[in-house]
This record gives sequence, C-alpha cells and structure tokens, in this order.
Amino acid sequence: MIEIRDINKTFGENHVLRGISAQFKEGVCNLIIGGSGSGKTTLLKCMVGLHEPDIGAVIYDTRDFTRMKFEDRIEIRQEIGMLFQGSALFDSMTVEENIMFPLNMFTEQATKEKLERVNFCLERVNLSENNKLFPAELSGGMKKRVGIARAIAMNPKYLFVDEPNSGLDPKTSIVIDELIQELTEEYNTTTIIVTHDMNSVMGIGESILFLHQGEKWWEGSNKQIAHTDNQELNDFVFASKFMQAGKDRL
Amino acid sequence: MIFHPLGKYILLLKAVFRRPEKWNIYRKEIFKEMDSIGVGSLGIIAIISVFLGAVTTVQTAFQLVSDLIPKSVIGSIVRDSSILELSPTISAIVLAGKVGSSVASQIGTMRVTEQIDALEIMGINSPGYLILPKIIGAVTTIPLLVIISIGLSITGGYLAGTASGATTSQDFLNGVTSDFVPFTFTVSMVKAVIFAFIITSVSAYQGFYTTGGALEVGQSSTKAVVISCIMILFTDYVIAQVLL
Repeated sequence: MIEIRDINKTFGENHVLRGISAQFKEGVCNLIIGGSGSGKTTLLKCMVGLHEPDIGAVIYDTRDFTRMKFEDRIEIRQEIGMLFQGSALFDSMTVEENIMFPLNMFTEQATKEKLERVNFCLERVNLSENNKLFPAELSGGMKKRVGIARAIAMNPKYLFVDEPNSGLDPKTSIVIDELIQELTEEYNTTTIIVTHDMNSVMGIGESILFLHQGEKWWEGSNKQIAHTDNQELNDFVFASKFMQAGKDRL
Repeated sequence: MIFHPLGKYILLLKAVFRRPEKWNIYRKEIFKEMDSIGVGSLGIIAIISVFLGAVTTVQTAFQLVSDLIPKSVIGSIVRDSSILELSPTISAIVLAGKVGSSVASQIGTMRVTEQIDALEIMGINSPGYLILPKIIGAVTTIPLLVIISIGLSITGGYLAGTASGATTSQDFLNGVTSDFVPFTFTVSMVKAVIFAFIITSVSAYQGFYTTGGALEVGQSSTKAVVISCIMILFTDYVIAQVLL
C-alpha cells in the first residue's frame, strides 16, 4: 500500500499540488484522473521521487520515502516499476537489453537466468520473438508493452503508469489496460495509473482519485462515478457526447 | 548569474563521482566511450593535424626573410607550436564540436524522452552511469589523440617544407631534434587531460539539464560547443601562465 499525506508542490509562483492525501491499495488499479494541468503527473513524480514535495510525505508500506537519502531510497526504487507516457525505452539498446538492464544492474543472476526472465516478461506482454529489435523498429503499442515488460522485470511491488493510452488506438488501449489489470491482480502490486482516458476509467478504475486545480476533488470507483453530483467531475467525465449518451442511458 | 549554473555543475560532478552501482557495467560503457571518442575522432584529428603542421611550416618560412636565421628554425618552431599549442588546443576545439555536441545531444535527448527519469526510477545514479564513462573515455583517449596529432603535425610540416623547398629535409630534421625541452610535452599532456574533462563535463551538463523538446536539445548542443570552446581557450591561457 502507498499512502500520501498532505502533498504540496509549487514551481515558482505556481502552486501545482495543494494538500493532497490519499491511500492506494494493493491488488487493484488506482487511477489518478483530472484535466490537463490538474497536477496528476506532478503528483506521480512526487510519489516516485522525480520531484520532491515541498510539504508532505509519501509512505511505502510504513517506509517514509520523502525523508530518505538517495542511498536509502535505492531499496524502494528496486521495488518500483514504471511505464512512462513515451515508454522511455533506451534507444541504444535492443528490446532484450532494455528488459535485462535492471537485472544486470541489481542482480547477480547468470546470463541464462536473466534471459529466461526476459523471455518470460516478453511472453507475458505477448511480444515473444522480438528480442533483437530496437525501439525505433517498434510500433507505439509494442513500445508500451516492452515498457511494461521492463517495468515488471524486477517483480515490482509498486507499479506506476503514466498515461498508458496516449497515442494509441482504442483497441490497443484496451489491450494495454487489460494487461496492466491482469498484472496487478497476478502479482498483487500497488498500481497507480495517471490517465484522462475515460475508457480506462470505466474499464479498470476500481479506485479513482480526481484532481482539480491541484486539489483532491473526489474519490471513489468507476461504479460510483456516473452517479456523483460533483459538478467538476461530471464536467470532466461527461465532456464528450459519447459519454453523455452513455450516462443518459443509465 | 554565473553562480547558479556553477553550483549546479559542481553538484552534478559530485553525483558523477559517486560510487558506481556495478563496476563491470561501467567498464563496458567506458570501453564503448573510448572507442567512440578516441577511435571515432582519429580521422578528423589526423586530417587537421597534417594541415596544421604544413601551414605552420609554410608561414614560418615566409616570415624567415633574414639569411642570418638558419632554416632549421622552421623545424623547431613547428615542433614546439605543435606540442605546446596547435595539437592540444586546436584538437580540443575540434573535439568540442564533434564529441561535445554529440554528448550534449545524446544526454539531452535522453532527458526529454524521459530515459533519464527511467534510470532514476530504477535506482540508478543517472549522472554517474551516463557521464562518468564519457569523462573517463575522453580523459584517457584525448591525450593519445594529441600525441598522434603532434606526430602527424610535424610530419605534415616536414612534407610541406620539403615539397615546397622552404627547407631541406636535413635542416627540418635538425630543427625538430635540437634543443627539445621535454617539459613542453608534459604541458601538452596536462592541457589534453584538462580539455578532455572540460569537453565532456560541460557538454554533459548542458545535455543533462535540457528541458523541453527537440529544439532545446539543439540549443543545448550549440551551447555545449560554445561554452566548451571558451573554457578551453581560457584554461589554455591559465595553464600557459602557470606552467611556462
């Protein structure tokens, strides 16, 4: 479980996050949603240590990440897997080398063992036999899947996903969402997904945190989201005619 | 203000020299960088060195109008200017363009495509992993390139001098071998090591703190070359003042 307490973050005069507290449960997909500029990616970056919150704490199963030094954080970082918006695969490495990279850095496994793990991860994301391709040779969806394979290579306890569906067609988006949900349930990870894709919200949003102008505005699940009277959330969720039509039918 | 970037540069260097996570991975990266920086720059260094020596010979001969000055002086001047100034400094400026821009754009691209964030999330000291092998690769190979450059520059001078009739083979070789002060070679190597450090660390700094997208990566690359060149010339003066 991950808990955030009173997270505040400013960039110069811009107060991006204002006192956000929440708990993210393990074994379910925890979604952080909100409009552009609402602070959701900044919150994610504060949680993984890419930004330091001005005030507040990020607690990983009783371990206060925000108070730790660089060296002490390494242990928690090795329990974190992250899928980036643009996949962030290392351009100079093949698919196999990308997935093997954290294993090379932090384990003493033999090459055979590491290769087995790489092949297992690739199989898990349905990309077997693509070991020797470079990121430039992959489609957007394949890159995301390799990114997921790299994220799960070290058997993470915590999985962070930033905009998993950006730049993908609706069908591939669903495949990626379902894959993340399957992995979350299979490995009982605490999965936190930042998205503004309503298909994801309705499909895998078992726990949802809605941010508006840097503040926590609403918390609930995809089953509750259609029945809320929160005006800002309704404006966000039912902005498209398609979603509005869906709501009218409910 | 100069103090803010200077402070950031020093803090970056502190992170660069933190203990590596796994030496054997860093070792592989160091060899890769040595190949890229050293072997990859051999061609351009060879070409400029031959021409530097040739031009120095021709221009020195042009200025030697007095019959009282022996022609062997041309050899001495080519040797000393190659060792002390032309090979280390001009090579460093050329390498700032070739290696510096490549380092800045490579690291800058990794920054804007979140590859550096990915390293950090994994718990890897990204400045160490990305920059330390480049610094070690440059500091070990650039002095070797300068030694090759000195040899080729003197050879270029010899060829141009004898081919143009500005000096005879015997005079030139007498000039090259007489009154050699070995300390000039030490100064040359000191310059090469310091210039190598400047090129890689300044360029890596520019790349590492790139924000934005492709346009900013290009700007970082340009800034890396310009600042490296200015730093090289400034340091060149300081070393000359202190050591000679």
